[in-house]
Amino acid sequence: MPEAVISAKNLVKKYKDFPAVDGISFDIAPGESFGFLGPNGAGKSTTMRMVGAVSTRTAGDLSIIGLDPNQNGPEIRSQLGVVPQADNLDADLKVRDNLIIYGRYFGFPRNYLGPKADELLEFAQLTDKAKSRVDDLSGGMKRRLTIARALINNPRILLLDEPTTGLDPQARHVLWDRLFRLKEQGTTLVLTTHYMDEAEQLCDRLVVIDKGSIMAEGTPASLIRQYSTREVLELRFGSDRNAAVAEQIAGIGDRIEVLPDRILIYSDNGEAELQRVTEAGLNPITSLVRRSSLEDVFLRLTGRSLIE
Amino acid sequence: MTTIEAPPVAHVNRPFLLPSLYAGNARSVMERAVKATASSNWLIVVSGFFEPVFYLLAMGIGLGAYIGTIQTAGGQEIPYAAYIAPALLAVAAMNGAIFDSTWNVFFKMNFGKLYDGMLATSLGPFDVALGEIMMALARGLAYACGFMLVMQVLGLNLSWTAILALPAVLLIAFGFASFGMGITSYMKTFQQMDWINFILLPMFLFSATFYPLSVYPEWIQWIIQAMPLWHGVELMRGLTTGIMTGGMIWHVLYYVVMVVVGLTLTTRRLKALFLE
Repeated sequence: MPEAVISAKNLVKKYKDFPAVDGISFDIAPGESFGFLGPNGAGKSTTMRMVGAVSTRTAGDLSIIGLDPNQNGPEIRSQLGVVPQADNLDADLKVRDNLIIYGRYFGFPRNYLGPKADELLEFAQLTDKAKSRVDDLSGGMKRRLTIARALINNPRILLLDEPTTGLDPQARHVLWDRLFRLKEQGTTLVLTTHYMDEAEQLCDRLVVIDKGSIMAEGTPASLIRQYSTREVLELRFGSDRNAAVAEQIAGIGDRIEVLPDRILIYSDNGEAELQRVTEAGLNPITSLVRRSSLEDVFLRLTGRSLIE
Repeated sequence: MTTIEAPPVAHVNRPFLLPSLYAGNARSVMERAVKATASSNWLIVVSGFFEPVFYLLAMGIGLGAYIGTIQTAGGQEIPYAAYIAPALLAVAAMNGAIFDSTWNVFFKMNFGKLYDGMLATSLGPFDVALGEIMMALARGLAYACGFMLVMQVLGLNLSWTAILALPAVLLIAFGFASFGMGITSYMKTFQQMDWINFILLPMFLFSATFYPLSVYPEWIQWIIQAMPLWHGVELMRGLTTGIMTGGMIWHVLYYVVMVVVGLTLTTRRLKALFLE
């Protein structure tokens, strides 16, 4: 692996005595697209704030583009693009001015920012909204403007905290397309998400974090191989019968998981397992064979109970 | 998408002072404030100019016709309007600076999330504090220039030293703005913000604004002399009436200390709040 642009070793962040991030280590290579997956409150955003040089670590080592954020905050931030979880666009400024003034914060001259702002508006498909007020934009447009704003300084690293939360499917796909183009141009992407499809779409490599610690690390495919099987057979016998049936089919597949509404059989060949179930004289109401996804990995690692 | 050849890399100054908190770019924060003011709340800005003018007309000219002259501590007799005009100028500097550095900052901190965005760039908390305070100063200076013009027209500037009141206005505004922004950073609710008005109003009324300090018993005089506005009023009055005393240097020093303490407090608080 080439020299990492972000390197964390035993990174800790405590609020009072509560460890929001509890000793995590990771390296991110230039041009890589790296994801933090985890349930709410896992420590994703806290990690992102430390990487964004806007939060001081409690312990451990952190190096971003070779610099220590405790000493070189402004220099590090000059090389980062940040897309926060909640849009914080400047409501007192017009759409295009949001880009230009943000560029001024980085110290860029106006004659550079004018054309750059127009280029980014086109990239974000907002050219005809240049003179609109920010409050008049839709959620998806605001998100795209926030991403465009984060690119005004040609960042080496783009940090995205749940970039598509709250967007409709069309808006998400537009956004994914734009992010993928940036990746092709060599921008390092670091993102947090709790959407598994997003992680599979965008991440070369990811870590699953829960309660401030890293539970697993790898490519989406390797994580599926390691923590799940190739396929999953989903059976429904009706919610009153599932538990009873599960005892009869014990031994089928690599692993069986009983949920209130259905039974999941993990196996490398779902069709074959379905055959064995029907040969045992059981007739499920519905059956479905599907590929394993990151969601299966995620739920296995972080559990199914609701985290509040 | 067209590509721009050799995209420039953001240039970050590394100032000698506070390198981790300051990027030498407070100018961009002011630029943002000017643009935002132009597109939204310029009416409020204009209205701030008229407030002290109305006071001057009502109290100075109106009430002043019945009062006639007033005797200063040094024994000189000066017209009542000329007595209160410099005090109102100091109050205008205070109000302009306080509005920009308290309510304006309070909204940006708690609702607009503006500073989160700014501090995600290469700006440091000191840039943000300095930029906002400079903006408050610019506004205070604009009010003061307008008010000085009114005083000149009404013949209330009694000496050439009145011109020195303009830099003095900046100093007073700087003191209030830097301190006000620091205090505001502790405020979480509207009720707490009302405390600021609760302190400002009596300070405005009792800081030898409308009559000399000598009417009070000695212990009250001590309290008033500990407050910042009294120093501003006395400094201004000395300059516009031309009755200069050596003691005025203490008024200046009072504000210098206020600026230093205020800036330190504000930068620390911004760091604690946004770079925690």
